[in-house]
Amino acid sequence: MVGLALALNAGLASAAYRLNFQPPVTRIASEIYDLHMLMMYVILVIFCVVFGVMFYSIYAHRKSVGHKAEQFHENTTVEIIWTVIPFVILIGMAWPATKTLIAFKDTSNPDLTIKATGYQWKWGYDYIKGEGEGIAFLSNLATPQDQIHNQKPKGENYLLEVDNPLVVPVDKKVRILTTANDVIHSFWVPAFGIKQDAIPGFVRDTWFKADKEGTYRGQCAELCGKDHGFMPIVVEVVSAEKYTQWVAEQKKKSAAAAEDPNKQWTMAELQTKGEKVYAANCAACHQPTGKGLPPAFPALDGSKVATGDKSVHIDTVLNGKPGTAMAAFGKQLSDADIAAVITYERNAWGNKTGDAVQPAEVKAARK
Amino acid sequence: MSAVIDTPGHGHADQDDHAYHPSGLMRWVTTTNHKDIGTMYLWFSFTMLLIGGVLALTIRSELFEPGMQIVNPEFFNQLTTMHGIIMVFGAIMPAFVGFANWQIPLMIGAPDMAFARMNNWSFWLLPVAASLLVISFFVPGGAPAAGWTLYAPLSTQMGPGMDLGIFALHIMGASSIMGSINIITTILNMRAPGMTLMKMPMFVWTWLITAYLLIAVMPVLAGAITMVLADRHFGTSFFNAAGGGDPVMFQHIFWFFGHPEVYIMILPAFGIISQVIPAFARKPLFGYASMVYATSSIAILSFIVWAHHMFTVVMPTAGLLFFMYATMLIAVPTGVKVFNWLATMWKGSMTFETPMLFAVGFLFVFTMGGFTGLMLAIMPVDVQLQDTYYVVAHFHYVLVAGSLFAIFAGTYFWIPKWTGRMYDETLGKWHFWLSLVFFNITFFPMHFLGLAGMPRRIPDYAAQFTGFNEIATIGAFGFGLSQLLFLYIVLKCGPLGKGEKAPARPWEGADTLEWTHLPSPAPYHSFHDQPEVK
Ligand code: HEM
Ligand SMILES: [Cu+2]
Repeated sequence: MVGLALALNAGLASAAYRLNFQPPVTRIASEIYDLHMLMMYVILVIFCVVFGVMFYSIYAHRKSVGHKAEQFHENTTVEIIWTVIPFVILIGMAWPATKTLIAFKDTSNPDLTIKATGYQWKWGYDYIKGEGEGIAFLSNLATPQDQIHNQKPKGENYLLEVDNPLVVPVDKKVRILTTANDVIHSFWVPAFGIKQDAIPGFVRDTWFKADKEGTYRGQCAELCGKDHGFMPIVVEVVSAEKYTQWVAEQKKKSAAAAEDPNKQWTMAELQTKGEKVYAANCAACHQPTGKGLPPAFPALDGSKVATGDKSVHIDTVLNGKPGTAMAAFGKQLSDADIAAVITYERNAWGNKTGDAVQPAEVKAARK
Repeated sequence: MSAVIDTPGHGHADQDDHAYHPSGLMRWVTTTNHKDIGTMYLWFSFTMLLIGGVLALTIRSELFEPGMQIVNPEFFNQLTTMHGIIMVFGAIMPAFVGFANWQIPLMIGAPDMAFARMNNWSFWLLPVAASLLVISFFVPGGAPAAGWTLYAPLSTQMGPGMDLGIFALHIMGASSIMGSINIITTILNMRAPGMTLMKMPMFVWTWLITAYLLIAVMPVLAGAITMVLADRHFGTSFFNAAGGGDPVMFQHIFWFFGHPEVYIMILPAFGIISQVIPAFARKPLFGYASMVYATSSIAILSFIVWAHHMFTVVMPTAGLLFFMYATMLIAVPTGVKVFNWLATMWKGSMTFETPMLFAVGFLFVFTMGGFTGLMLAIMPVDVQLQDTYYVVAHFHYVLVAGSLFAIFAGTYFWIPKWTGRMYDETLGKWHFWLSLVFFNITFFPMHFLGLAGMPRRIPDYAAQFTGFNEIATIGAFGFGLSQLLFLYIVLKCGPLGKGEKAPARPWEGADTLEWTHLPSPAPYHSFHDQPEVK
């Protein structure tokens, strides 16, 4: 059967029935690819020898063909031989594996360092060092709900598309620091040959150096709760010039977005912005209807927090609720975002408080 | 499977402590007889196999196509979690304890287990634990949904279902520890005169080693889940970085239990296969002594490889290398076992009744699971495969085609001794071929899914994975339905009492005490006078 797999592997390249790793675009990924192929060939040979012997014996040493049982039950020489041979084969496998492992762990001297933070259920990226330093954004699943619920035909990159992809330059060593905000996630891009768990409260690292421009897709690889299957990773590898251009655009955008902290927002402005923030950050749990999914994810429609004292509401969104899935959004969202989403929640569905929360109030509450 | 015929005149009619037999339900509730208890273990495990199977088929139905169709993502996570917990702790482990109860006294010539009342208690804890697991589906928030591995801090986020799950695991752990104490004591103290340790049947040896593993690691699991419980309710921060704890510590503790646990589920299977193959090859087991050493070294090595489940978590290079080499090393004694079984078949005089078919099927398919294990041991390759369907394929090759096939082999092998009836050979062969074919249809494509990049534990997937998922779902239904045939075959020679009467020794090459010294079915009380072993 392993033989069959290999044969199919060579002949069949159709994406619908892919039989092997995705085409590697980093040195580590292609070393892994080769290691896997090497192992497959060794295993295939062992497989043929071992089961060749077994099936021959099944064929020849049957009672129905009149074979009489011999009564031997020990042979020290044979036993030593078949202990030593596997041992030697293993050493042969361990050698290239060790080399790749050591290269895999070498995160020194990166050109660019990016922190990837796992949230329930999206990724956040901070460009920490190198060109683009200071850029930070969140990356959400872009596949619409109605495709997931089979009301619309599924797009080409169903479940593997995001609103803001990670952009990196080609041929540059990129070091990824991983951490998480709530539970353990895992940052995985198959074409790069990297998978690194993102652990809340700890920072770990891995690296890649992509040698081909293109869009590469991966997924969170550690069960992280309800929407574990819905937090993809998309990396765009672009030329150095395009990257510089992209960095400039991002800087411009964030300058434009840097609102005057003391600006007074109108109710309508807050609500429109708030609805967007809600859809991207809150609706996964509290649902677009505000009805939640009790008891794990409480309703906001009519809830005490969303209709009661403003300061409690602000505190909950800023700092989360320890011991529950409610994250501390203070670290992820700007003052304006938080003010807007709180205003939205206090006036959406059946909630008719009429309260507007200004960014300045959020800023004050952060202290 | 209910052999209840007491043979009078077996030389103990005067022992009135044996004379009192409640009948009906109370007989089963109060029984201290190893055969009754073995039977209950086996039926319990089969029931759990069916429940776990229904959960699995629901999972496979949802995964038949991309998009969410049948369940929502939260319930999906409950299904995968409970499928794992129920199969591991409810189906596979209790089945082997059932075999131990029936077979260890019969094979070492002992009248019963050493602690007969404790034996009753170890069994009756299980239905209690199982009920807690089932109830957890109905509490607010539903059943545990953090995976059978219960990784913190996800497991500290769950609703009260998690507490029920933790409690159930505690109870099952207590049951396993009591069972193990019983098994060790029985084996070490109650062997027939003349049966030295190195004369014990291989099945007894593997269970002796397994029982030690259980005693060593079940308390470790209990510790891990107790810490989760404390983090959940008592304000501790074992696994919470904000309070000075470390989420990774949970994984170290869990896998220090978890890796020996996978050997707990395979060593008794090795034992069964080591009884079946010689019996049908009509030839003694090849390399008995090296089998004993190989099994012991697997058990010892199993304590130093746990972090191969954590290659992508975080470790210094030296740590990664150590765990990679140690894991690769385990393949050596595992290979030795396979070679020994082949050498036992070599130049034998083989026949292929159902037990032998399942044993050969085990050899063939389990070994493929060993190969993928070796692949996963190579740390850089594992980085690509960890938490993908490749791992799902690997552990189903070793646990379904390994442990479960061995359980089937053992059931067909010993059921004549248990019930006094031969099973239906034609149906048995059908059961084997259907199971083998559908097993491979279900799980072989999962290797490709994992290689191509499909993560495990996801309720919905990208369209490129559709083809193999469809095949796997079809195979799963075939495999599930084939097990109803097994139920029918067992019912027929067990409770329904149909089928040919079994002779004392239906298998020509079987030579352990239960075949040579006891009639079929084995009398309710056997070996009151212990046989002499030469
Ligand atoms: C040659 C022997 C074996 C080797 C080298 C081996 C190696 C491995 C490795 C490295 C993993 C981790 C994969 C990952 O998560 O990335 C793994 C997973 C697993 N193995 Fe094995 N294995 C072997 C035999 C077995 C046997 C005999 C069993 C049980 C009967 C078993 C049961 C499992 C299970 C249940 C998991 C997955 C646990 C989980 O993540 O849920 N393995 N194995
Ligand atoms: Cu393991």
